[in-house]
Amino acid sequence: MSLKEKLLSSYLAFEDHLEVDSPIHDLRTQAIKNFEDLGFPTKKQEAWKYTSLKTLLKPDYSIFPKKENTLELKDVKKYFLHDVDTYKIVFVDGVYSSFLSETTHDGMDVCLLSSALSKDKYKPVIEAYYNKVAQESSLTSLNTAFAKEGAYIYIPKHTEVEKPIEIINFATGNEAAMLLQPRNLVVVEENAHVQIIERHQSLSDNAVFTNSVTEIFAEKRAFVDYYKIQNDRISASLIDHTHIKQERDSICKVHTFSFGGKLIRNNLNFYQHGERCDSVLNGITILEGKQHVDHNTLVHHIAPNCESHQDYKGIFDDNSTGVFNGKVYVEKEAQKLDAFQQNNNILISDKATINSKPQLEIFADDVKCSHGCTIGQLDEDALFYLRSRGIAKKEARALLMYAFANNVLEGVKIPELKRRINKLIANKIGVNLGFNL
Amino acid sequence: MGKFTEDDLKKELETKEYEYGFYTDIESETFPVGLDEDIVRAISAKKNEPEWMTEWRLEAFRIWKAMEEPEWANVTYEKPNFQNISYYSAPSTKPKYNSIDEVDPELLETFNKLGISLEEQKKLAGVAVDIVMDSVSVATTFKDTLAEKGIIFCSISEAIQEHPELVKKYIGSVVPQKDNFYAALNSAVFSDGSFCYIPKGVRCPMELSTYFRINQAGTGQFERTLVIADEGSYVSYLEGCTAPSRDENQLHAAVVELIALDDAEIKYSTVQNWFPGDKEGNGGVFNFVTKRGICEKNAKISWTQVETGSAVTWKYPSCVLKGDNSIGEFYSIAVTNNFQQADTGTKMIHLGKNTRSTIISKGISAGKSQNSYRGLVKIHPRAENARNFSQCDSLLMGNKCGAHTFPYIETNNKTAQVEHEATTSKIGEDQIFYCNQRGIDTEKAIALIVNGFSKEVLNKLPMEFAVEAQKLLEISLEGSVG
Repeated sequence: MSLKEKLLSSYLAFEDHLEVDSPIHDLRTQAIKNFEDLGFPTKKQEAWKYTSLKTLLKPDYSIFPKKENTLELKDVKKYFLHDVDTYKIVFVDGVYSSFLSETTHDGMDVCLLSSALSKDKYKPVIEAYYNKVAQESSLTSLNTAFAKEGAYIYIPKHTEVEKPIEIINFATGNEAAMLLQPRNLVVVEENAHVQIIERHQSLSDNAVFTNSVTEIFAEKRAFVDYYKIQNDRISASLIDHTHIKQERDSICKVHTFSFGGKLIRNNLNFYQHGERCDSVLNGITILEGKQHVDHNTLVHHIAPNCESHQDYKGIFDDNSTGVFNGKVYVEKEAQKLDAFQQNNNILISDKATINSKPQLEIFADDVKCSHGCTIGQLDEDALFYLRSRGIAKKEARALLMYAFANNVLEGVKIPELKRRINKLIANKIGVNLGFNL
Repeated sequence: MGKFTEDDLKKELETKEYEYGFYTDIESETFPVGLDEDIVRAISAKKNEPEWMTEWRLEAFRIWKAMEEPEWANVTYEKPNFQNISYYSAPSTKPKYNSIDEVDPELLETFNKLGISLEEQKKLAGVAVDIVMDSVSVATTFKDTLAEKGIIFCSISEAIQEHPELVKKYIGSVVPQKDNFYAALNSAVFSDGSFCYIPKGVRCPMELSTYFRINQAGTGQFERTLVIADEGSYVSYLEGCTAPSRDENQLHAAVVELIALDDAEIKYSTVQNWFPGDKEGNGGVFNFVTKRGICEKNAKISWTQVETGSAVTWKYPSCVLKGDNSIGEFYSIAVTNNFQQADTGTKMIHLGKNTRSTIISKGISAGKSQNSYRGLVKIHPRAENARNFSQCDSLLMGNKCGAHTFPYIETNNKTAQVEHEATTSKIGEDQIFYCNQRGIDTEKAIALIVNGFSKEVLNKLPMEFAVEAQKLLEISLEGSVG
């Protein structure tokens, strides 16, 4: 039985436990039908030209966890930003862990999607926002059909969240292969500010396939700073869909750090509905082994006077593959636009591959759009300069790589997180520089 | 003129009718419409082709039948009905001329209207012109001069008769029959085209040139060009097209194959001005062209194109950099206006070591047109020290047109250096203001800016051709470019 058939039949079983007359159920029925029609994407589709899901779909994934698993705090403490105080929403195998989490309803809602979907109190928000911006692609539809748990974050008007919010999904690996489908909803009302860190972490070498969907709504003058830490084990794969709708004067920044995991696909879509929006898409990708990371971004400019900045840096070693498929779409109303897209890559090994496809589709005339893409190596002269000053080859290379990625790293506004990412990069390159950049 | 604004210009552009829209009345011999194996055989028989050629065509036809028309390009159009096209048309007066005086005066008139009279060409540039009127070559000049050097420059049908060993060896070697839908169609039914062979170590003393015209209503034009530059040789080849006004869409599916052997250099320049359709978007030529060149060791192929015509353009002149140290270049200006659609670009396939490629593409869209750049740069694992630089700039005039960029960059080698950059902008108001301030009216200012924008590519055209290219830019965009 293929995974698609298995999913379709388990949906029927899943349906039995649901309230059939809720509007969410209609969405689910429609979504599963959509998934049934479309199936899993294949390389024949332009958007998936460079990423094959064939091996990912092979294992016999269990779709629902058989039993609830608990984790000891000491075992997973290192995955939290434990030095600073944060709100935490923690899931273990897709099930909420109240023991590890720290949620709040004090002036804002940082809680669970399952309760938001079921309680009347949240009904107006769910009706106004849930599944309103997610694309109807096959994998998002699959998530919509099975979605029942995830983070629900609602920040009311003029509220500044004083500490970062962490969303962590643990996979215990108690089953041979596990499919997780978290679903997050983030609504940031007028003039509210929030910082969110999202992480997926597998705790064993059993296969995990995460198909995650996050919807973010930034209302007037809202500010959203979103960090994605992707440093999972080589057994874990992630397909992440993030859809962001921005209203006027809002600022949204998404920083993606991809260091681990077997196959990562990031679908990051911005829709600018109001004037003077600013969207920032940053990414650092450092890969080795047979890792494969695919960044698929879309910035859809609908309103005038907006800006968007994309900056993706990649360093590829061994047999790794990097894909960058960025698209800037400018509607004819979106005049006076400033859109910038950059993708820089360094290949370290002969067997590494980069496929880059930065696209512009422009229908407005009074715009400033540019994109750049480079693929190259570390500068031999710079390397020689450092070595002539007594810096060992490995460290010299590491320094240059740091410098290469630094632009993006500068954008990290949580000092503790920045320190962590520095450390991750140092580990990944295999050096200890003895100082923090 | 001081009040001439961009809007005025836009209006003027929209109402500008195709200046070269006229129709020469020459009695043609035209095949019945439709396509099947018999028609393919008939074309082959008509041209008195040897058995292997007929078989080659039939093989292509069988491949074509099993293929589907591609839909991935960023263009929309009503698909041509391939059974509703006549696949062969030749002017019935078909003697070979040695001097210009013998040519049908009406034909000469046509060229005079285009401002490319043979006399002028002969005198001014020393260009040998192989004129393709509809599908059959009717005049070849300077043949004797070229023959002295051992250069073969003739129509491909002639080459099939006289140099079958060369044609057999190279035809389909760069663009095989099964390459794509239109290449397969072309391989099955190509009526004529040019053939050029430059022997070892010979530097071709003049620019070789062919003018294509679609003339007979309802006739598809299927040109086949084969240029072979043997070791250490050099050739510069020019191709230019203008077509008369027609209401129904005309199909043009050409195949161009370039072979640059060790140390050879080919420079291939195109000025394309097929009828683009009127300002409502009726009519116009469909231009689906497959152009590709292969470079052996130390060889160089340079494509330069100025694309101003056609309702739909679908064209990707490519270089396969097979030999070590080979060089591929692509310089392009694509201008679209009214309802024109262009999806054009290049492919640079780096296979050999130390291969280099440069891509400069300039797109100008006006009216309601769509202009896309689509390019592939592929660095194979064995292509050590490959180097690529790409630059794609787009200029938008008005907010009803679109400019798109679809670059594909695939790198499998760590020593590769690939750079790609693209910009999209409109003509800056400050730039126009600067010109106005200095007494240059807006119309001239825009012309000046467009000219400057395209300069990098225009500079790559051979002198003789640059004049014509400028002229075409004028017609496509405005009356006073330059």
